[in-house]
Amino acid sequence: MQRDSVTYIVGFAAVVCIVCGLMVSSAAVALKTQQTANAAFDKQRNVLYATGLASPAAGLSREQLETIYDERVKPVVIDLKSGDVVDSPSFDPATYDMDKAADGADTGMPAPENSSSIQRLPKEAVIYQVTGEGGEVEMIVLPIKGYGLWSTLYGFLALDKDTTTVRGITYYKHGETPGLGGEVDNPNWKAKWPGRKAYNDQWQPALQVIKGQAGPPSSAPHQVDGLSGASITSRGVSNMLHFWLGDGGFAPYLAKFREQHS
Amino acid sequence: MATNMKSTLFDPLFENNPIALQVLGICSALAVTTKMETALVMAAAVTLVTACSNFAVSLLRNMIPSSIRIIVQLTIIASLVIVADQVLKAYVYDISKQLSVFVGLIITNCILMGRAEGFAMQNPPVLSFVDGIGNGLGYSMVLVCVAFIRELLGSGKLLGHSLIPTVNEGGWYQPNGLMVTSAAAFFIIGIFIWALRSWKPYQIESDEA
Repeated sequence: MQRDSVTYIVGFAAVVCIVCGLMVSSAAVALKTQQTANAAFDKQRNVLYATGLASPAAGLSREQLETIYDERVKPVVIDLKSGDVVDSPSFDPATYDMDKAADGADTGMPAPENSSSIQRLPKEAVIYQVTGEGGEVEMIVLPIKGYGLWSTLYGFLALDKDTTTVRGITYYKHGETPGLGGEVDNPNWKAKWPGRKAYNDQWQPALQVIKGQAGPPSSAPHQVDGLSGASITSRGVSNMLHFWLGDGGFAPYLAKFREQHS
Repeated sequence: MATNMKSTLFDPLFENNPIALQVLGICSALAVTTKMETALVMAAAVTLVTACSNFAVSLLRNMIPSSIRIIVQLTIIASLVIVADQVLKAYVYDISKQLSVFVGLIITNCILMGRAEGFAMQNPPVLSFVDGIGNGLGYSMVLVCVAFIRELLGSGKLLGHSLIPTVNEGGWYQPNGLMVTSAAAFFIIGIFIWALRSWKPYQIESDEA
Protein backbone atom coordinates (compact mmCIF):
# COMPACT_ATOMS: atom_id res chain seq x y z
CA MET A 1 0.00 0.00 0.00
CA GLN A 2 1.28 3.45 -0.81
CA ARG A 3 2.36 5.74 1.98
CA ASP A 4 0.26 8.60 0.74
CA SER A 5 -2.97 6.76 -0.01
CA VAL A 6 -5.96 7.81 2.02
CA THR A 7 -6.56 4.30 3.37
CA TYR A 8 -2.99 4.05 4.63
CA ILE A 9 -3.16 7.45 6.31
CA VAL A 10 -6.45 6.70 8.04
CA GLY A 11 -5.22 3.25 9.07
CA PHE A 12 -1.93 4.59 10.37
CA ALA A 13 -3.66 7.33 12.36
CA ALA A 14 -6.05 4.77 13.86
CA VAL A 15 -3.23 2.46 14.93
CA VAL A 16 -1.24 5.34 16.49
CA CYS A 17 -4.33 6.47 18.40
CA ILE A 18 -5.09 2.98 19.70
CA VAL A 19 -1.53 2.32 20.81
CA CYS A 20 -1.14 5.72 22.50
CA GLY A 21 -4.59 5.46 24.04
CA LEU A 22 -3.78 2.07 25.50
CA MET A 23 -0.50 3.36 26.89
CA VAL A 24 -2.07 6.39 28.57
CA SER A 25 -5.06 4.57 29.99
CA SER A 26 -3.08 1.65 31.35
CA ALA A 27 -0.68 4.07 33.07
CA ALA A 28 -3.61 5.97 34.56
CA VAL A 29 -5.36 2.82 35.78
CA ALA A 30 -2.20 1.20 37.13
CA LEU A 31 -1.18 4.28 39.14
CA LYS A 32 -4.63 5.31 40.31
CA THR A 33 -4.57 3.67 43.76
CA GLN A 34 -1.15 5.10 44.53
CA GLN A 35 -2.27 8.60 43.50
CA THR A 36 -5.49 8.55 45.55
CA ALA A 37 -3.52 7.33 48.55
CA ASN A 38 -1.03 10.17 48.06
CA ALA A 39 -3.75 12.80 47.88
CA ALA A 40 -5.51 11.44 50.97
CA PHE A 41 -2.25 11.29 52.89
CA ASP A 42 -1.37 14.83 51.85
CA LYS A 43 -4.61 16.05 53.39
CA GLN A 44 -4.12 14.07 56.59
CA ARG A 45 -0.61 15.38 56.95
CA ASN A 46 -1.77 18.97 56.57
CA VAL A 47 -4.49 18.50 59.16
CA LEU A 48 -1.73 17.43 61.54
CA TYR A 49 0.45 20.40 60.57
CA ALA A 50 -2.43 22.77 61.33
CA THR A 51 -2.87 21.32 64.82
CA GLY A 52 0.81 21.47 65.65
CA LEU A 53 0.80 17.73 66.48
CA ALA A 54 3.40 17.40 63.74
CA SER A 55 5.48 19.86 61.77
CA PRO A 56 7.23 19.64 58.41
CA ALA A 57 10.51 20.49 60.16
CA ALA A 58 10.31 17.44 62.43
CA GLY A 59 10.72 15.22 59.38
CA LEU A 60 8.40 12.43 60.53
CA SER A 61 8.01 9.47 58.21
CA ARG A 62 4.78 8.71 56.43
CA GLU A 63 4.06 5.78 58.77
CA GLN A 64 4.59 7.90 61.88
CA LEU A 65 2.28 10.61 60.58
CA GLU A 66 -0.38 8.07 59.66
CA THR A 67 -0.20 6.56 63.14
CA ILE A 68 -0.65 9.94 64.83
CA TYR A 69 -3.50 10.74 62.49
CA ASP A 70 -5.30 7.45 63.11
CA GLU A 71 -4.92 7.80 66.88
CA ARG A 72 -5.88 11.43 67.31
CA VAL A 73 -7.91 12.71 64.37
CA LYS A 74 -11.49 11.87 63.54
CA PRO A 75 -13.17 13.30 60.41
CA VAL A 76 -16.69 14.48 61.14
CA VAL A 77 -19.30 15.21 58.50
CA ILE A 78 -21.53 18.19 59.23
CA ASP A 79 -24.45 19.85 57.55
CA LEU A 80 -22.96 23.23 56.74
CA LYS A 81 -26.15 25.31 57.01
CA SER A 82 -27.60 23.90 60.23
CA GLY A 83 -24.30 22.94 61.82
CA ASP A 84 -25.63 19.49 62.75
CA VAL A 85 -23.35 16.47 62.72
CA VAL A 86 -24.33 13.93 60.06
CA ASP A 87 -24.07 10.58 61.80
CA SER A 88 -24.20 8.26 58.83
CA PRO A 89 -22.85 10.14 55.82
CA SER A 90 -23.50 8.76 52.35
CA PHE A 91 -19.80 9.01 51.43
CA ASP A 92 -16.36 8.22 52.75
CA PRO A 93 -15.04 11.37 54.49
CA ALA A 94 -11.45 10.41 53.65
CA THR A 95 -11.94 10.75 49.90
CA TYR A 96 -14.77 13.32 49.90
CA ASP A 97 -14.04 16.21 47.56
CA MET A 98 -15.80 19.31 48.82
CA ASP A 99 -15.17 21.28 45.65
CA LYS A 100 -16.77 18.58 43.55
CA ALA A 101 -19.71 18.35 45.94
CA ALA A 102 -20.16 22.12 45.83
CA ASP A 103 -20.49 22.01 42.03
CA GLY A 104 -23.08 19.22 42.08
CA ALA A 105 -26.72 20.24 41.74
CA ASP A 106 -27.86 17.99 44.62
CA THR A 107 -24.81 18.14 46.82
CA GLY A 108 -24.01 21.85 46.55
CA MET A 109 -25.66 25.22 47.09
CA PRO A 110 -24.87 28.81 46.10
CA ALA A 111 -22.59 30.56 48.57
CA PRO A 112 -23.71 33.72 50.37
CA GLU A 113 -22.08 37.01 49.37
CA ASN A 114 -18.37 36.92 50.22
CA SER A 115 -15.04 38.52 49.36
CA SER A 116 -13.20 35.25 48.84
CA SER A 117 -14.57 34.50 45.35
CA ILE A 118 -16.42 31.45 46.64
CA GLN A 119 -19.36 30.80 44.33
CA ARG A 120 -20.76 27.57 45.67
CA LEU A 121 -20.61 25.59 48.88
CA PRO A 122 -21.09 21.90 49.57
CA LYS A 123 -24.20 21.05 51.60
CA GLU A 124 -22.14 18.72 53.73
CA ALA A 125 -18.62 19.51 54.85
CA VAL A 126 -15.89 17.45 56.48
CA ILE A 127 -14.22 18.89 59.55
CA TYR A 128 -11.81 17.14 61.89
CA GLN A 129 -11.96 16.63 65.62
CA VAL A 130 -8.68 16.07 67.37
CA THR A 131 -8.99 14.04 70.54
CA GLY A 132 -6.68 14.10 73.53
CA GLU A 133 -5.22 11.11 75.35
CA GLY A 134 -8.49 10.51 77.19
CA GLY A 135 -10.65 10.61 74.09
CA GLU A 136 -12.17 14.06 74.73
CA VAL A 137 -12.22 16.58 71.89
CA GLU A 138 -9.24 18.86 72.17
CA MET A 139 -9.24 20.76 68.89
CA ILE A 140 -11.38 21.31 65.84
CA VAL A 141 -9.77 21.59 62.42
CA LEU A 142 -11.72 23.48 59.78
CA PRO A 143 -10.98 23.40 56.06
CA ILE A 144 -10.72 26.93 54.63
CA LYS A 145 -10.29 28.24 51.14
CA GLY A 146 -10.42 31.59 49.40
CA TYR A 147 -8.90 33.76 46.73
CA GLY A 148 -5.58 35.52 47.29
CA LEU A 149 -3.77 37.41 44.55
CA TRP A 150 -3.42 34.84 41.78
CA SER A 151 -5.01 31.72 43.10
CA THR A 152 -7.35 30.06 45.50
CA LEU A 153 -5.59 29.14 48.72
CA TYR A 154 -6.59 25.89 50.43
CA GLY A 155 -5.77 25.31 54.04
CA PHE A 156 -6.79 24.25 57.51
CA LEU A 157 -7.44 26.30 60.62
CA ALA A 158 -7.17 24.55 63.96
CA LEU A 159 -9.24 25.93 66.84
CA ASP A 160 -9.16 24.98 70.49
CA LYS A 161 -12.20 23.24 72.01
CA ASP A 162 -13.34 26.69 73.21
CA THR A 163 -13.88 27.29 69.43
CA THR A 164 -12.13 30.64 69.45
CA THR A 165 -8.49 30.18 70.41
CA VAL A 166 -6.41 29.49 67.32
CA ARG A 167 -4.12 26.48 67.65
CA GLY A 168 -2.59 26.74 64.21
CA ILE A 169 -3.07 27.37 60.51
CA THR A 170 -1.62 25.83 57.40
CA TYR A 171 -2.04 26.12 53.65
CA TYR A 172 -1.52 23.05 51.52
CA LYS A 173 -2.34 24.32 48.07
CA HIS A 174 -1.95 27.75 46.52
CA GLY A 175 -0.33 29.48 43.58
CA GLU A 176 0.83 32.71 45.21
CA THR A 177 4.17 34.29 44.29
CA PRO A 178 6.99 32.41 46.01
CA GLY A 179 8.78 34.66 48.49
CA LEU A 180 5.88 37.12 48.68
CA GLY A 181 2.35 35.73 49.00
CA GLY A 182 3.87 32.27 49.03
CA GLU A 183 5.22 33.12 52.49
CA VAL A 184 1.90 31.84 53.86
CA ASP A 185 3.94 28.63 54.02
CA ASN A 186 6.64 30.24 56.16
CA PRO A 187 6.83 28.45 59.53
CA ASN A 188 7.74 31.72 61.26
CA TRP A 189 4.59 33.39 60.04
CA LYS A 190 2.45 30.40 60.94
CA ALA A 191 4.01 30.46 64.41
CA LYS A 192 2.40 33.86 64.99
CA TRP A 193 -1.09 32.34 64.90
CA PRO A 194 -1.47 30.07 67.95
CA GLY A 195 -3.07 31.86 70.87
CA ARG A 196 -5.00 34.45 68.86
CA LYS A 197 -8.76 34.62 69.21
CA ALA A 198 -10.97 33.93 66.20
CA TYR A 199 -14.09 35.56 67.68
CA ASN A 200 -14.79 38.69 69.73
CA ASP A 201 -17.01 38.84 72.83
CA GLN A 202 -20.19 38.84 70.73
CA TRP A 203 -19.02 35.75 68.80
CA GLN A 204 -18.48 37.74 65.64
CA PRO A 205 -15.48 36.70 63.51
CA ALA A 206 -12.74 39.14 64.41
CA LEU A 207 -9.47 37.60 63.36
CA GLN A 208 -7.61 39.46 60.63
CA VAL A 209 -4.24 39.90 59.05
CA ILE A 210 -3.13 43.53 59.40
CA LYS A 211 -0.44 45.61 57.76
CA GLY A 212 2.74 45.68 59.80
CA GLN A 213 3.37 43.93 63.06
CA ALA A 214 0.66 42.95 65.50
CA GLY A 215 2.61 42.05 68.60
CA PRO A 216 2.00 39.06 70.90
CA PRO A 217 -1.47 37.46 71.24
CA SER A 218 -1.94 38.97 74.71
CA SER A 219 -1.89 42.54 73.38
CA ALA A 220 -3.37 41.88 69.93
CA PRO A 221 -5.70 38.88 70.25
CA HIS A 222 -7.45 39.40 66.93
CA GLN A 223 -4.57 40.53 64.72
CA VAL A 224 -1.80 38.74 62.89
CA ASP A 225 1.25 40.30 61.18
CA GLY A 226 0.79 40.97 57.49
CA LEU A 227 3.07 39.37 54.92
CA SER A 228 5.47 41.99 53.63
CA GLY A 229 5.14 42.55 49.91
CA ALA A 230 1.88 40.63 49.82
CA SER A 231 -0.95 42.87 50.97
CA ILE A 232 -3.46 41.26 48.61
CA THR A 233 -2.68 37.72 49.73
CA SER A 234 -2.87 38.95 53.35
CA ARG A 235 -6.26 40.48 52.66
CA GLY A 236 -7.32 37.21 51.03
CA VAL A 237 -6.42 35.35 54.20
CA SER A 238 -8.44 37.84 56.28
CA ASN A 239 -11.40 37.53 53.93
CA MET A 240 -11.48 33.78 53.98
CA LEU A 241 -11.23 33.66 57.78
CA HIS A 242 -14.09 36.12 58.00
CA PHE A 243 -16.18 34.00 55.66
CA TRP A 244 -15.51 30.56 57.09
CA LEU A 245 -15.83 31.70 60.69
CA GLY A 246 -19.06 33.52 59.83
CA ASP A 247 -22.66 32.34 59.51
CA GLY A 248 -22.18 31.15 55.93
CA GLY A 249 -19.27 29.00 57.06
CA PHE A 250 -18.72 27.06 60.24
CA ALA A 251 -20.28 29.42 62.83
CA PRO A 252 -23.50 27.31 63.17
CA TYR A 253 -21.50 24.15 63.82
CA LEU A 254 -19.16 25.87 66.27
CA ALA A 255 -22.13 27.36 68.15
CA LYS A 256 -23.71 23.92 68.50
CA PHE A 257 -20.39 22.46 69.54
CA ARG A 258 -20.10 25.07 72.32
CA GLU A 259 -23.61 24.27 73.56
CA GLN A 260 -22.83 20.59 73.79
CA HIS A 261 -19.46 20.95 75.41
CA SER A 262 -20.02 23.63 77.99
CA MET B 1 29.82 6.51 14.44
CA ALA B 2 31.33 6.83 17.91
CA THR B 3 32.27 10.49 17.47
CA ASN B 4 28.91 11.07 15.90
CA MET B 5 27.21 9.65 18.98
CA LYS B 6 29.39 11.75 21.27
CA SER B 7 28.77 15.00 19.45
CA THR B 8 25.05 14.22 19.28
CA LEU B 9 25.06 13.85 23.05
CA PHE B 10 27.28 16.77 24.02
CA ASP B 11 26.73 19.38 21.32
CA PRO B 12 23.40 20.49 22.79
CA LEU B 13 25.17 21.44 26.03
CA PHE B 14 27.19 24.37 24.71
CA GLU B 15 27.53 24.21 20.92
CA ASN B 16 23.82 24.04 20.16
CA ASN B 17 22.01 24.60 23.42
CA PRO B 18 18.25 24.41 22.95
CA ILE B 19 17.57 27.33 25.29
CA ALA B 20 20.63 29.51 24.71
CA LEU B 21 21.08 29.12 20.97
CA GLN B 22 17.79 27.80 19.66
CA VAL B 23 15.85 29.83 22.29
CA LEU B 24 13.26 27.07 22.75
CA GLY B 25 11.47 26.04 25.92
CA ILE B 26 11.77 29.44 27.60
CA CYS B 27 8.26 29.37 29.08
CA SER B 28 8.87 26.48 31.44
CA ALA B 29 12.39 27.72 32.15
CA LEU B 30 10.80 30.79 33.75
CA ALA B 31 8.11 28.95 35.62
CA VAL B 32 9.80 26.07 37.40
CA THR B 33 13.14 27.61 38.32
CA THR B 34 12.34 29.35 41.60
CA LYS B 35 13.57 26.21 43.36
CA MET B 36 16.23 23.61 42.56
CA GLU B 37 14.00 20.70 43.47
CA THR B 38 11.27 21.47 40.96
CA ALA B 39 13.85 22.37 38.31
CA LEU B 40 15.61 19.01 38.72
CA VAL B 41 12.41 16.99 38.46
CA MET B 42 11.22 19.04 35.51
CA ALA B 43 14.61 18.60 33.83
CA ALA B 44 14.50 14.84 34.33
CA ALA B 45 10.95 14.65 32.98
CA VAL B 46 11.76 16.71 29.89
CA THR B 47 14.96 14.75 29.19
CA LEU B 48 13.21 11.38 29.41
CA VAL B 49 10.21 12.46 27.39
CA THR B 50 12.39 14.02 24.67
CA ALA B 51 14.53 10.89 24.44
CA CYS B 52 11.57 8.50 24.31
CA SER B 53 9.56 10.55 21.87
CA ASN B 54 12.62 10.90 19.62
CA PHE B 55 13.09 7.14 19.78
CA ALA B 56 9.46 6.38 18.96
CA VAL B 57 9.24 8.93 16.16
CA SER B 58 12.48 7.65 14.67
CA LEU B 59 11.25 4.03 14.76
CA LEU B 60 8.19 5.05 12.80
CA ARG B 61 9.92 7.59 10.57
CA ASN B 62 9.70 5.48 7.43
CA MET B 63 6.05 4.64 8.02
CA ILE B 64 4.62 8.01 9.01
CA PRO B 65 2.68 9.54 6.09
CA SER B 66 4.16 12.98 5.56
CA SER B 67 0.76 14.67 5.41
CA ILE B 68 -0.02 13.80 9.04
CA ARG B 69 3.49 13.62 10.46
CA ILE B 70 3.19 16.61 12.81
CA ILE B 71 0.00 15.38 14.42
CA VAL B 72 1.46 11.88 14.79
CA GLN B 73 4.54 13.33 16.53
CA LEU B 74 2.28 15.38 18.75
CA THR B 75 0.18 12.35 19.67
CA ILE B 76 3.27 10.41 20.67
CA ILE B 77 4.67 13.32 22.69
CA ALA B 78 1.36 14.03 24.38
CA SER B 79 0.92 10.39 25.40
CA LEU B 80 4.41 10.25 26.88
CA VAL B 81 3.87 13.49 28.77
CA ILE B 82 0.63 12.22 30.30
CA VAL B 83 2.36 9.03 31.37
CA ALA B 84 5.20 11.07 32.89
CA ASP B 85 2.68 13.25 34.72
CA GLN B 86 0.89 10.18 36.10
CA VAL B 87 4.16 8.67 37.29
CA LEU B 88 5.17 11.89 39.04
CA LYS B 89 1.78 12.09 40.76
CA ALA B 90 2.15 8.54 41.98
CA TYR B 91 5.74 8.64 43.17
CA VAL B 92 6.80 12.22 43.91
CA TYR B 93 3.45 13.71 44.84
CA ASP B 94 4.81 16.79 46.63
CA ILE B 95 6.94 17.90 43.74
CA SER B 96 4.27 17.15 41.16
CA LYS B 97 1.97 19.40 43.17
CA GLN B 98 4.45 22.26 42.84
CA LEU B 99 5.08 21.62 39.17
CA SER B 100 1.30 21.55 38.69
CA VAL B 101 0.37 22.49 35.18
CA PHE B 102 3.93 22.72 33.86
CA VAL B 103 4.37 18.97 33.49
CA GLY B 104 1.35 18.90 31.22
CA LEU B 105 2.79 21.86 29.36
CA ILE B 106 5.87 19.83 28.39
CA ILE B 107 3.65 18.90 25.43
CA THR B 108 3.97 22.43 24.16
CA ASN B 109 7.70 22.62 24.87
CA CYS B 110 9.18 23.46 21.51
CA ILE B 111 12.31 21.39 22.19
CA LEU B 112 10.31 18.18 21.89
CA MET B 113 8.56 18.97 18.63
CA GLY B 114 11.71 20.59 17.32
CA ARG B 115 13.85 17.52 17.90
CA ALA B 116 11.19 15.08 16.67
CA GLU B 117 10.69 16.95 13.42
CA GLY B 118 14.23 18.23 12.99
CA PHE B 119 16.26 15.18 14.02
CA ALA B 120 14.30 12.00 14.69
CA MET B 121 12.55 12.06 11.29
CA GLN B 122 15.94 11.77 9.53
CA ASN B 123 18.01 9.62 11.89
CA PRO B 124 18.00 6.06 13.25
CA PRO B 125 16.32 5.32 16.60
CA VAL B 126 19.33 4.95 18.89
CA LEU B 127 21.01 8.08 17.63
CA SER B 128 17.71 9.93 17.98
CA PHE B 129 17.37 8.68 21.54
CA VAL B 130 20.85 10.02 22.32
CA ASP B 131 19.96 13.31 20.66
CA GLY B 132 16.90 13.51 22.92
CA ILE B 133 19.03 12.89 26.01
CA GLY B 134 21.56 15.49 24.83
CA ASN B 135 18.97 18.16 24.22
CA GLY B 136 17.27 17.29 27.48
CA LEU B 137 20.60 17.77 29.23
CA GLY B 138 21.17 21.09 27.49
CA TYR B 139 17.78 22.23 28.72
CA SER B 140 18.46 20.77 32.16
CA MET B 141 21.77 22.55 32.46
CA VAL B 142 20.24 25.97 31.88
CA LEU B 143 17.28 25.16 34.13
CA VAL B 144 19.47 24.03 37.00
CA CYS B 145 21.83 27.02 36.66
CA VAL B 146 18.91 29.44 36.70
CA ALA B 147 17.25 27.65 39.61
CA PHE B 148 20.54 27.64 41.55
CA ILE B 149 20.90 31.41 41.27
CA ARG B 150 17.22 32.11 41.87
CA GLU B 151 16.82 29.88 44.91
CA LEU B 152 20.07 31.02 46.49
CA LEU B 153 19.54 34.76 46.03
CA GLY B 154 15.75 34.69 46.22
CA SER B 155 15.27 32.68 49.36
CA GLY B 156 18.76 31.97 50.69
CA LYS B 157 18.31 28.23 50.21
CA LEU B 158 19.52 25.37 48.07
CA LEU B 159 17.31 22.32 47.62
CA GLY B 160 15.28 23.58 50.56
CA HIS B 161 18.24 23.78 52.97
CA SER B 162 18.95 27.23 54.36
CA LEU B 163 22.41 28.38 53.32
CA ILE B 164 22.19 32.11 53.91
CA PRO B 165 20.05 32.94 56.96
CA THR B 166 17.41 35.42 55.78
CA VAL B 167 16.06 38.37 57.75
CA ASN B 168 12.68 36.59 58.05
CA GLU B 169 14.38 33.75 59.87
CA GLY B 170 16.47 35.95 62.12
CA GLY B 171 19.57 36.08 59.89
CA TRP B 172 21.20 38.95 58.05
CA TYR B 173 20.33 38.32 54.41
CA GLN B 174 17.56 40.41 52.88
CA PRO B 175 16.29 38.12 50.08
CA ASN B 176 16.26 39.59 46.62
CA GLY B 177 12.57 39.76 45.75
CA LEU B 178 13.31 40.13 42.04
CA MET B 179 14.80 36.65 41.98
CA VAL B 180 11.53 34.94 42.82
CA THR B 181 9.64 36.65 40.03
CA SER B 182 9.70 35.36 36.46
CA ALA B 183 11.56 38.44 35.26
CA ALA B 184 14.69 37.24 37.05
CA ALA B 185 14.80 34.14 34.85
CA PHE B 186 14.83 36.39 31.77
CA PHE B 187 17.81 38.31 33.13
CA ILE B 188 19.71 35.16 34.07
CA ILE B 189 19.02 33.40 30.78
CA GLY B 190 19.98 36.61 28.99
CA ILE B 191 23.29 36.80 30.84
CA PHE B 192 23.84 33.10 30.16
CA ILE B 193 23.32 33.61 26.42
CA TRP B 194 25.62 36.63 26.46
CA ALA B 195 28.36 34.71 28.29
CA LEU B 196 28.03 31.74 25.96
CA ARG B 197 28.24 33.90 22.85
CA SER B 198 31.24 35.82 24.15
CA TRP B 199 32.95 32.48 24.66
CA LYS B 200 31.83 31.09 21.28
CA PRO B 201 31.42 34.18 19.08
CA TYR B 202 30.36 32.15 16.01
CA GLN B 203 26.99 31.53 17.72
CA ILE B 204 26.08 35.18 17.20
CA GLU B 205 23.47 35.50 14.50
CA SER B 206 24.56 37.73 11.64
CA ASP B 207 22.57 40.93 11.25
CA GLU B 208 19.79 40.47 8.82
CA ALA B 209 20.18 43.36 6.49
